[in-house]
This record gives sequence, structure tokens and C-alpha cells, in this order.
Amino acid sequence: MGIIRTKELVYEYIRRDEEGNVEGITTAVDKVNLDVQAGEFIAILGHNGSGKSTLAKHINAILNPTEGTVWVDGMDTAEEEHIWDIRQRAGMVFQNPDNQIIGQVVEEDVGFGPENMGVPTKEIWERVEESLRAVGMYEYRRHSPNKLSGGQKQRVSIAGVLAMHPKCIVLDEPTAMLDPKGRKEVIRAVRGLNQVEGITVVLITHYMEEIIHADRVFVMDNGRIAMEGTPREIFSQVERLKALRLDVPQVTLLAHELREKGVRLPEGILTVEELADALAFLAEG
Amino acid sequence: MLRDITLGQYYQTESVIHRLDPRVKLGGTLLYIISVFLFRNFLGYGVAAIFLATVIGLSRVPFRFIVKGMKAIVFLLLITVVFNLFLTPGTELVSVWKLTVTVEGLRTAVTMAVRLTMLIIGSSLMTLTTTPNNLTDGMESMMKPFKVFHVPVHEVAMIMSIALRFIPILLEETDKIMKAQIARGADFETGNIIKRARALVPILVPLFISAFRRANDLAMAMEARCYRGGEGRTKMKPLIYQRRDRLGYLCIFVYLVVSVAAGRL
Repeated sequence: MGIIRTKELVYEYIRRDEEGNVEGITTAVDKVNLDVQAGEFIAILGHNGSGKSTLAKHINAILNPTEGTVWVDGMDTAEEEHIWDIRQRAGMVFQNPDNQIIGQVVEEDVGFGPENMGVPTKEIWERVEESLRAVGMYEYRRHSPNKLSGGQKQRVSIAGVLAMHPKCIVLDEPTAMLDPKGRKEVIRAVRGLNQVEGITVVLITHYMEEIIHADRVFVMDNGRIAMEGTPREIFSQVERLKALRLDVPQVTLLAHELREKGVRLPEGILTVEELADALAFLAEG
Repeated sequence: MLRDITLGQYYQTESVIHRLDPRVKLGGTLLYIISVFLFRNFLGYGVAAIFLATVIGLSRVPFRFIVKGMKAIVFLLLITVVFNLFLTPGTELVSVWKLTVTVEGLRTAVTMAVRLTMLIIGSSLMTLTTTPNNLTDGMESMMKPFKVFHVPVHEVAMIMSIALRFIPILLEETDKIMKAQIARGADFETGNIIKRARALVPILVPLFISAFRRANDLAMAMEARCYRGGEGRTKMKPLIYQRRDRLGYLCIFVYLVVSVAAGRL
């Protein structure tokens, strides 16, 4: 069994009017089955309102399923006694960097999680140092978070989760509020954690460029998983992605348009280099 | 424009006073304030002034920086002096028109002015040499005995430090909202007080909404990082008394005895 598993997961938001009467029910997540293996890099794609954030909050036991079950590291998230173990094992990074940094100094913020877990003082310092080094923010340990750029703040948030020694990190659109440079910094840090530290990563995003390094991609639409596969498999279905209101990376789109016009390119081109190679190959042969 | 406001007034430098345990500084300031109110003669104020000057010297905070902070309370100081000067009954000294200055009035006015000045310099010295963070830590630790009376000491300290963290963020946000409203033709600069106060409503409403949203996000982020109150929590930077802190307590004690003895001769 994988580190994160969901079975027939359903989550309904109940909308109420001012008197508290039920106005209607929105099904945000609809019968989702996931099975994530330890050490995998998973990306979840979807446009706004597709239910991807709601799904993410189940992994950290912030939300409990309306129907179905979620297991994290073998523990059922609906069981109250496991809640803190689950939150320690599956860390979560949110979208807005300002609204998740608690400390007034970078190192204090990173120490917040271990403090809550009751880790001894000396070990907290060791964990803070190693986590800040892992995301390349050690030189900024004494800075105020207010003076950092968005990308740097998000890396501090990631370090804050890392200091809790999780087995898995869920990132809920961590780059949505960042500039392209900040996005690159964060994605590089996340990839580092996955490859060097072997931490399972669940990256939720709507930027296509960020998923090309993922092992598996799930595309969500209307609370359901609409597509599943490797990035290459996903990107080879350009028309389908467009129907789901998702933007395809420019290179992939260009390759797709060229194919439509009769140029014999392979399917699912992800990077500029791949396209250049494929075109060079065509020119030679 | 709003971003220029400095809060907490911490003055960054390396000094013995900066390194002192916040509990020593808090306790010391409290005792110092009490001592200033116990003096009956000017000798006591002399001792207190010498003590204050020594601490300022040790703290390496430039004197003009401390005086700059005083500007805000000059008005308050003036009112106190004027009221005491003219409204204290007693032996007449000078009398111009309906205003009479008495000997007692002059004495209380000068005493009050000296007292207030020393009080403000003393307490601002504490905030100038202690980071807000350290200050909340110190308060949390000193208030611990009140836990017996079910005072949520840890929670109050946590609220204070979060408030301090969010002040610059909310200031920046206010700035943004103001600019957005100005761009749409809002006018904050002209009109009488009532008109200007009403112009603030379109700033405060979005600010409050955003503050609640932030609070909601932050609470979720804190829970996601296993925050569950002060119970079973360890500290990354626990407060531990060093030799210099014990020495600090001793100095304050000696000062208190000497100054009060001199001041009540």
C-alpha cells in the first residue's frame, strides 16, 4: 500500500443561507481513487474550482471526507487519535507565503513545527539548520520574513515543513503568487527534496511547465480525475487538455501545431531541447 | 508613506544591555518606575539620573535617538506642567491677570516633569534594546505564575507575537488599498475631520476583510504544522539566566536600595 491512498473519496461543501438552512450542496471531490508510492513526485493539475485544493487538504487531515477513506502512511485520517501523526508525516505548503509564516525571524519560523511537536531544543537547532540548507536559505536565517522575496518566503515555508521530518510534502499551488524567477526557485527546491532526500511530493498547480519533472500527473476536472499518466502521456493529448481549460506549454503547443500541419514530429514534446533535436533529426533525414 | 512608520522602536546594536535577559530588563524597568514615584527630594532623582545615564552609556543607543522618541509626548508633558503650575493652591509666588503661580505649584510641576521624562526615557530604553520577540518571550515567562488563575499566558504571548509579525504586512496592504482608492478619485487630504474620517471607511472595510482572510489562512497553516496550544511545546530559544543576568538583578537591587534611601532622607 502506498504512502497516500484514497478510496472513493467524496467531499461536499454545504452552502447555507443566513438562517443556516441548507441552500445547496457542492461536490468538490467526487469518488477519487489515488495511490501514491513513497518517493514519487506526483503532480495534480486542474483549473480553478476543479477540486484539487480540497483534495490536498484531505491529505493533511485539515478536511475529513464526507464519504470514502484517506490513508496516510497506513493511518486513517478520519480517526482523531492519528491527526497529529498524520500532520507531522504529511506536511503542507500553502499558496500565500505571507499567511503561513508565523515567526518574525526566518529561523524561528522554521523552528515552529518542531517546537509544536515537543522536539528538544538542541535538536530543533539541528533540524532548522539542515532544513534551511536543503532549500538554500541558510544565509537568510536571521532575516525578517517581511524583507524576503516571494520565492524566498515559499522556500522558508518549505523548510518549515521539512524541519518536522515529514515523509511526504503536499504543496497547494505554492507558485501561484510568485514571479517566474520565484517559481523556478521553488520548483528547484521541491525537486531537490524529492531527488536528494527521497521525500514524496504532491505538487498541486495549474502551471504546466512545473509538472514536466513529475513521475505521474493527475488532471482534475469537476472533482473527478479526468486524466492520469506520465507528463509525456498527458501532453500528447493537447486537444483534451484544451477541453479541460488548461494551457499547454508553448513548446508542446508548437510541436502539436506542426504535427497538425504534417510535420512528422513525435508526440508529447516537453522541452525546447527535445523539439530542437527532433527538428534537427528531421532536417538530416 | 505608511511603510516608513517604525514600530517596536528596536535599535540594532551590540551591547551588554541588548544581550541581557528580557526578564531582567522588564523587571528592572518596573522597579525603576516604582522607584521614581517613591522619591521625596531631588537627591533621589539625582541618583536615578546617574543610574539612567550609566545604562544609556552601556546600551550604546545614541542619546539623540532616545530624545527623538520623546517628541511624541512633549505635548502631554506641557499640559501636565501647565496644569500643575497654575492650578495648585498654596502660597502665591507671581500673579498675572487671573493666573497665579504658587510655590507648591512650581514644585509639583517640576517634579512631575522630571518624573515623566525619566519614566519615558527608562521604558523606551527597554524597547530600544529588546526585540519585540524577546519582549513577548520575557512577558510569557514572567506571567507564568498567573496560569494558576487560568490566565491563558502562552496564548496571549502567541497572539502578541503574531500581531507584531502582521503589522508591517497590514500596513503595506493599507497603503495598497489607499492608492487603489486614490486612483479611483477618493480624497483623503481635504475637508474637515468628519469628512476625512468618513473617507477612511472605504479603506477599513477591505482591510478588515483581508485581515480576517489572513487570520483564517494562518490558523490553518498553524494547525497543519501541529500547533495545539502551549501544552507539550518545547522552545527553540528558551530563556536561561546567565551570569550577566544575575549581575543585572544585583545592580538593580543595589540601585533601588540606594536611590530610595537617598530619595526619602
